[in-house]
Amino acid sequence: MTASDVTTIEVRSLAKRFGDVQAVAGIDFDVRKGELFGFLGPNGAGKSTTINMLIGLARPDAGAIRIAGIDCSKNPKAAQHLMGVVPDESNLYPELTGFDNLSFCGSLYGMAKRDREERARELLDHFGLTKAGNRKFGGYSKGMKRKLTIAAGIIQSPRILFMDEPTTGIDVASARQIRQLIADLNSNGTTIFLTTHYIEEAQRLCQRIAFIVKGKIVRIDTVEDLMRRTDGRYVVQFAISSGAADLCESIVAEFPNLQCQAVADGQIRVESPEPVRVGPLVRLLEDRGAEVSEARKVRPSLEDVFVEITGIEAGAMKQEKEKAGMGGKA
Amino acid sequence: MKVWIAFWNILVKDFRAYYLKPPNISWGLIFPLAWTGMFFIRSGAGLESVPALLPGVIAVSVLFGTTSLLSVTVTFEKKGRSFERLLLAPIPLELLMLAKTSGAILFGIANAFVPVIMAAFLMDLSSVNWLTLVPAIVLIAISSTFLGLFIAVSVSEVFEAQTFSNFFRFPMLFLCGLFFPIGQIPIWLRPLSYALPLTYGADVLHGSIHRSPHLPLLLDFGLLLAFCAVLFVLSLRNIQRKWIA
Repeated sequence: MTASDVTTIEVRSLAKRFGDVQAVAGIDFDVRKGELFGFLGPNGAGKSTTINMLIGLARPDAGAIRIAGIDCSKNPKAAQHLMGVVPDESNLYPELTGFDNLSFCGSLYGMAKRDREERARELLDHFGLTKAGNRKFGGYSKGMKRKLTIAAGIIQSPRILFMDEPTTGIDVASARQIRQLIADLNSNGTTIFLTTHYIEEAQRLCQRIAFIVKGKIVRIDTVEDLMRRTDGRYVVQFAISSGAADLCESIVAEFPNLQCQAVADGQIRVESPEPVRVGPLVRLLEDRGAEVSEARKVRPSLEDVFVEITGIEAGAMKQEKEKAGMGGKA
Repeated sequence: MKVWIAFWNILVKDFRAYYLKPPNISWGLIFPLAWTGMFFIRSGAGLESVPALLPGVIAVSVLFGTTSLLSVTVTFEKKGRSFERLLLAPIPLELLMLAKTSGAILFGIANAFVPVIMAAFLMDLSSVNWLTLVPAIVLIAISSTFLGLFIAVSVSEVFEAQTFSNFFRFPMLFLCGLFFPIGQIPIWLRPLSYALPLTYGADVLHGSIHRSPHLPLLLDFGLLLAFCAVLFVLSLRNIQRKWIA
């Protein structure tokens, strides 16, 4: 038996209702030891409710959770001893310095003063926050706050790390740095349960992904197997001057084996089970009065798989990204 | 052993972050001072009125010091979600909440001694029964802090915590027998007086300073302890029901 065969998180028939809303509707999944497991879904899908039940901040209405073999309904504090949590908001103490915040978080896990101070210094250094360590957390930038919140989540070197939307609402450079940190943590053996609504982030980081929609898991698979669904699909995206929706109708009428979609203002996306011949399409578009400024081959992404499996338009996820800020943009 | 590291650090953190902040220290000193001055001037009497005023001022200082700070700090941390960090710590909820309330209890006890120290310059304290006064102050501080916790768990906004605190504090002040003997309170209000923890605390304070308790001291202490236990258990149940729902 290899380390990756051992189940670290085991969830069975987990359910939670808030009034009339069934937030989580009887979900089952396992996370293996050392795995980086992605939990993907739009806002309101049940991601945060699930993570809250896993970490002990919410009580399930039904179902069972076992963390490293510990029954969380019977002994939640023993399970909490094994886990670190990075919440979706940076929730450290604004009036304490970065260093004091980390040291305090270590003390909550019973770390001796010398050990937690040494670890705090090591983490500040690792996260590039040594200079800011003596400044109050309240004065940090969003990216710095996020990094320190992640550092606080791993101060006690947890075996399992829960991360709820770690890159939401921060700038591109900080998001990229945080993704690298997550990958490093995982490669050092930490089991990571990551919730996100950034599909590209999940695709880059996770080994397996669960898609959750309206409280139900609609698919769990490895990224490779999910992406296999895109084998034999060819996509070309055109940048045109105007009238994308009307032009799509013309393309489909002229080339019935193609699928066409207006993906954004001045952008159309053509998909086919065979390689797409760009020349006739450009001629058709120009004949219809459109000016084609770019035609590029696009590799089908996990976002396409997500749309296909869940039936949720990619636009809905994009809207959430825009609301949350551009941090997750790859 | 490890849980006590967490306990101690929560206490130290709260002192550094809240109780030892200059505005709170000055409030802790000025508030009892203002109450003492106000009652002293209002009584129109000379220094002989100080012993009569002392139990009331001690109780007011503890009650306001503890309920205000605890209810506000817990609500503030809950709203900023830093309280979740504590709930996620692998320590029993009972111990966590004791750690969280210990700072306010110590702050309340320190507040109580501000008027006592002031009184030492104005009256002879040699007749005070310290063996009952000190435990009474400690129990008033604990019960008031747990009342603050109960309030904090019942509200979600900082301003609600203050408003809700006053809903308990002001009736308690006038019904607990500190400023009017319970015998002078209308008979239909007296059951309410006996349902307030401060009534028993005030009785011990009067007994310790004037040697004239209304009820047996053991009963006062027993009921104060019972109020502490009930308020703490109710607060824990509310935390389980509302914050780990």
